[in-house]
Formats: sequence, structure tokens, C-alpha cells
Amino acid sequence: MNSKTKMSSVFLNGVLTENPTFRLVLGMCPTMAVTTAAINGIGMGLAATFVLIGSNTVISILRKFVPDEVRIPAFVLIICTFVTMVQMLLQAFVPSLYESLGMFIPLIVVNCIILARAEAFASKNGVLASAVDGAGMGIGFTLALTLIAGIRELIGAGTIFGASVFGGGYEPMLVMILPTGGFLTLGILMGIINALAQRTEKKRIKKEA
Amino acid sequence: MGEIGKFLLFMVSCILTNNFIFSRFLGCCPFLGVSNKVETAVGMGVAVTFVMALASLFTHLVYNYILIPLKLEYLSTIAFILIIAGLVQFVEMFIRKSSPSLYKSLGIYLPLITTNCAVLGVAILNVSNSYGIVYSVFNGVFSALGFMLAIVLMAGVRERLETSNIPKCLKGFPISLITAGLMSMAFMGFKGLFAGLS
Repeated sequence: MNSKTKMSSVFLNGVLTENPTFRLVLGMCPTMAVTTAAINGIGMGLAATFVLIGSNTVISILRKFVPDEVRIPAFVLIICTFVTMVQMLLQAFVPSLYESLGMFIPLIVVNCIILARAEAFASKNGVLASAVDGAGMGIGFTLALTLIAGIRELIGAGTIFGASVFGGGYEPMLVMILPTGGFLTLGILMGIINALAQRTEKKRIKKEA
Repeated sequence: MGEIGKFLLFMVSCILTNNFIFSRFLGCCPFLGVSNKVETAVGMGVAVTFVMALASLFTHLVYNYILIPLKLEYLSTIAFILIIAGLVQFVEMFIRKSSPSLYKSLGIYLPLITTNCAVLGVAILNVSNSYGIVYSVFNGVFSALGFMLAIVLMAGVRERLETSNIPKCLKGFPISLITAGLMSMAFMGFKGLFAGLS
């Protein structure tokens, strides 16, 4: 396998095969907490993507210098630096998003996706591959968040990105925007994805037989 | 309403109406990960309560007496996570030395707590609500009790789910999430408690 196809497979691994939300089931808290409107989903996803690319790159550069015993605190500090950068950037340039994401921006530090990728990928692989892995995971996370947030906003408020979809006659189902809706939407989506995966698996086995 | 009434209201709001899991979405990873058995859920809950109370105290002290005088508020995230990581490590060593039996039952959960967003979450909430030192510590304790209540209830439900007939595609996480959704709907009912009081 040449290096170009390897990179694209690393990238697609994060977006599809090992999608952090639906396949790895990591980072559940922001996934359900901020997905009340599609724009928040995208914002949170991109903020996490920035942190993932940055932390994966730096951790991969430093992987030969950091002793094994203190690697977790070192990783957390590196992640924390990037999170503080994102926090300041959002506060300065997108104050409205900063307001609506609230405490979930500093909480990116303890988002398990980021530490999991640092531990499972960046500490073992080269700089470029780690950056690509960070981008793939980040985009996968963003897509998942946007999908969940889009569904919740559509049913719960009758809008997508703030634009009305159903017109004035639609009575919004408020429960979808409340915490309950977060749990239900994610659970049902995950069930649907599992069903699809099982179906393709069955087809593949039948073809091989 | 007197001080005591205010305090009781604060307690009920931390444990029930603003439950960390069902209304704030903090600490969902351990909530879904370690809620297979009631016994382990209780262990996790106790460990989290312990760490959250200490973390609330120390982050309050560091934020108000070190970061603010030095005008370093923007370093709060880094400072908090370092305090929490150090605290967890320290608590782990202390318990291992002082009470091996407690260590045996809590030990495996302690390292997990560093990345539990409920702990960092309570520190950030204390700062953003500018609670005093007493309310900060009690916010930690009561929120952790709310977390424990949720995780133990969930574990009880999941023990039953193990033996019931669920569609194959919903097994594991999806059915747990749907269950949690229904439970959070029930917890929403507690919001009515405040209607009469305020």
C-alpha cells in the first residue's frame, strides 16, 4: 500500500469505520448536551476537530521524549493547551457560539475521544498519520453531532440551522430539545446504524458462502 | 425563606432537578460504561462523591486565592485538570495504604475518575456560579449523590435488561440510551417541585 492510500484509509477509518460516536461510543456528554441546534453541533465538532489535530500532532512529535510513566498527565496538559486556545478564539471571534456551548468548551479536555486517540494512535504513529487521524476522527465526530443536532432541531423546533422548514402550522415537539430527546435520538440512531451494519454483514457472509 | 430552607432547596435542586446525568449531561461515559451491575455502580458512585467533594474544595481555594490574585483566570482549565489528576492520584495512594479493603473495591474506578467530566464540570460550575466555599463543597457532594442515584438506578434497570428479549440491533448501548431517555423524562417531573416553593 503506498502512502497516499494509507493516509486516506486512516482518514476514512475515523469518519466511517470507527466513527467515534456511533462505533466507538466515545465522548457521549457533549454529543447529547450541545446537540439542541444544528449550528451548535457543527461548532462543537469543529472545536473538537481543532483540538484533536493539534494534540495528535504534538503528542506524535513528542512521543519519543515523554517517559511512559507520566504520559497521561503529559497528554492531558497538551490537550488542555489546545482547549484553552479554542476557548479564547471562540470567545473573541464567535461570541454567540461561545455562549451557547458554555461549559462544554473547557470540558473538551475530558472528552474521551481526544485522550483515546492520543493513547491509541498518536503515541504510536508518525506525525502526518496522527494529524490525518485527528482530522478523520474530528470530521466523523462533527458529522455525527450535526446529524443528531439536525434531527433534534427539526423535530423539536421545526427548523434547520434556524430556517423554518415546516411553515407555521407545525407544532414543535419540545421534548426533543430537552435532555430526554438527546438520549432517545442517539439511542434510536445507534440502533438503526447497528441494524444496517448487521444487514450488510449478513449479505457479505451470504456472498462468500 | 430562611437559610435552612434555601439550603434544602439547593440540595434538592442538585440531586433531582439539575441531576448531573439527566439534565446536565455530565459524566455520561461512566454512566453508560460502569452501569452493568448495581454493586460496581455503587462503588463508582462512592469514589466519585469522594473525589468531587475534595475537588470542589481545592479548585475553589486555588481559583480564589491563587489564580484571581495573580490574574491568571484564563489558566483555570489547566489548573483544574492538574488538581483533579493530582488529587485522584493522591487519593488512590492514600486509600491503598490506609484501607486495602476499600482500595480493592474502589481501586479500579479511581483512575477512571480523572477523565470523568462530572468532576471538572462541578469545578467549572462552582466558578461560573461564583459559589462560596461552603456551597462549592456541598454542590460537589450533592451533585455526586445525584450522579450516584442515577447510575445505581440505571444499573438496576440494566440487570433486568440482560435477561429480557431485545431486538438484536438495540442490544447494548442503544437500549441503554433509550432507557436513560425515559428515566430523564421521569426526572423532569421533579421540576414541578419548585413551582409551589418559589
